[in-house]
Amino acid sequence: MASGVKPRVKVPSKAAAGETITIKTLISHKMESGQRKDDDGNKIPRSIINRFTADFNGENVIDVTLEPAISTNPYFQFDATVPESGDFVFKWYDDDGDVYEETKSVTVG
Amino acid sequence: MELTRRNMLVISSGTALTAALGALPAFASMTEDEIAKITGGADTAEGAITLTAPEIAENGNTVPIEVAAPGATMVALFADGNPTPKVATFNFGPLNPTHAASTRIRLAGTQNIIAIAKMEDGSFQKASANVKVTIGGCGG
Repeated sequence: MASGVKPRVKVPSKAAAGETITIKTLISHKMESGQRKDDDGNKIPRSIINRFTADFNGENVIDVTLEPAISTNPYFQFDATVPESGDFVFKWYDDDGDVYEETKSVTVG
Repeated sequence: MELTRRNMLVISSGTALTAALGALPAFASMTEDEIAKITGGADTAEGAITLTAPEIAENGNTVPIEVAAPGATMVALFADGNPTPKVATFNFGPLNPTHAASTRIRLAGTQNIIAIAKMEDGSFQKASANVKVTIGGCGG
C-alpha cells in the first residue's frame, strides 16, 4: 500500500428526502504521473489512483476514471440525491491494486 | 542561391518557424484522436454543457476546473497540450441530479481544455476553455 493515503469526505449527516446534497471528497495521494524524472534522470514509475466511485445504498452517483493529469491529492466535488436514509460508499482504486474505502451515513428525517 | 550570411539567416529562421509550427499540432492531433475514439467521428454540438476554468493559472500543478453537463451520461476531459491529453472521464449515475463535478488538474503549459459529453440521446456535446499557465505542472 502506498504510504500516507488518507481519504477525507464531507457529507451532511442529515438531509430531507429527495434533497440534493453536495459532497466533497479528497484523498491524500502523491499521484506520480510517470512523466517526472529523478536526480539520475530515470523515469519515476507511474503510481496514481485510476478510478473513483461513489454509491448510495448500492446505486451509483458518480464513477470517475482518473488519468495522470489529475493533481496530487485528488479532489472531487459533486451532487447527489438522497431518497432515503442510508450509506454513501466511496472507493478509490490505486494502480498497485489497493482499494481505499470510506463510508458515510445520511439520516433522512 | 549564393550562401551569403543574410541568406543563411533567412533559411535558418524559416526552418525554426516550421519546426515550431510542426510541434504544436502533434499534441493537438493526439487529442483529436482520443476524442474520435469516444465520439466515433460523430459531430459534436456546442452549448449544452459548460466548462469552467480559470483564465490564468499561476500553478499548473493544481488548476481547478468544473464541468456541468445536464442531460449527459458521460463527460470526458482532455488537455491538448499535455504529454497525454486524457485528463479524466466522469460517468454520472442515477442518483446524480446535476451531472456536474469539479476537480483539480495538472497542465503542462498554456493550452485548451476540452470537454466532450455523451448525452442521453446518444449525441455529443463539446465545450472548451483556454487556460494560460505560468508554471507548468509536469516536472520534466
